[in-house]
Amino acid sequence: MTRQQILDLYFMDARSKLIDIAAFLDRVDRGEGEPDFRLKAFRNALAELHRGEPERAKGVLMSLSDPTVEPIANAPGKGAVGAFLG
Amino acid sequence: MRYIEPHGHMVSRVTDDYEAMVLAGCRAVCEPAFWAGYDRSGPEGFYDYFCQLTDYEPKRAAKFGLPHFTWLCINPKESEDTKLAEEVIALIPQFLERPNVLGIGEIGLNKNTRNELQILERHIDLAARHEQLILVHTPHLEDKHKGTRLILDALKADSRIQPGRVIIDHVEEHTIAMVLEAGFWAGITLYPESKTTPARAIDMYEVYGGQRVWLNSACDWGRSDPLAVPKTAVEMRRRGHTEETIDQLVFHNPLRFLAQNPRFTVR
Repeated sequence: MTRQQILDLYFMDARSKLIDIAAFLDRVDRGEGEPDFRLKAFRNALAELHRGEPERAKGVLMSLSDPTVEPIANAPGKGAVGAFLG
Repeated sequence: MRYIEPHGHMVSRVTDDYEAMVLAGCRAVCEPAFWAGYDRSGPEGFYDYFCQLTDYEPKRAAKFGLPHFTWLCINPKESEDTKLAEEVIALIPQFLERPNVLGIGEIGLNKNTRNELQILERHIDLAARHEQLILVHTPHLEDKHKGTRLILDALKADSRIQPGRVIIDHVEEHTIAMVLEAGFWAGITLYPESKTTPARAIDMYEVYGGQRVWLNSACDWGRSDPLAVPKTAVEMRRRGHTEETIDQLVFHNPLRFLAQNPRFTVR
């Protein structure tokens, strides 16, 4: 597909998601109390969008991933929260 | 359009979903064993579940003219309890000759613990001893990249395992390359929030190639869409992919992998 065709097909969808992210950050700013580690992780992941090469999705996913390599001793629970506590 | 749903937890779905899938062109559905949303109290719960997957659910699907196949295991969310897991693994061989059983799955890791890894290795050994296909679940969200690496290492450490007979499911942009480069099949799961959207799935198909890739909805009791595969096929049409290319990805690719077990047949 040409870049023009991709814009014609996906621009409005991406625009909508971009505004949703902006509104989410505004909502967090208007909220009260201290946020947990996920907000910092989210902001760090946003920086991946400024990369020049077409691996931004991979960059965002890696930014939110556990970077350690060894299995852990015990499961802290069953669920995942979407960002690594560190 | 015709397609195969290679990963759907149909025990969690209503009959309307079967009807909708058949109307959308589904020719077969495959159901890996998974977590029920709560921990079973003992191995008897798994025995009953395996009976449901190999006896009752295929009959329910047959009412809609849909062939139903299954995979058996104890899922990684419950394998932290190694005693329970060993008892469940001991139950599995008696079910392997049932006519809709395709292999061992969905095994894998959840929180990447030592116990989960130990039970993953036990499942890999079970599959190797019984010459079974393997379907692997990779962990969620922040645990996926690390878990996928650990899973690949465990599979590669067993010389009996042929990568072409193993599918690593729920790949995303940060894990698909390592799976394909190691010779395994890669499953892309389409979810409304976690995992991938149709647009991202097609991006991966276009970037990494589609020789050893399938799409699935992994529809279950959570937020998921049993029609995610045909909806992605429609999205491929919007991008200009040919009907032949779409048919290859959503029908022939899963057929090629699954038919390694001669029990898997589809019209």
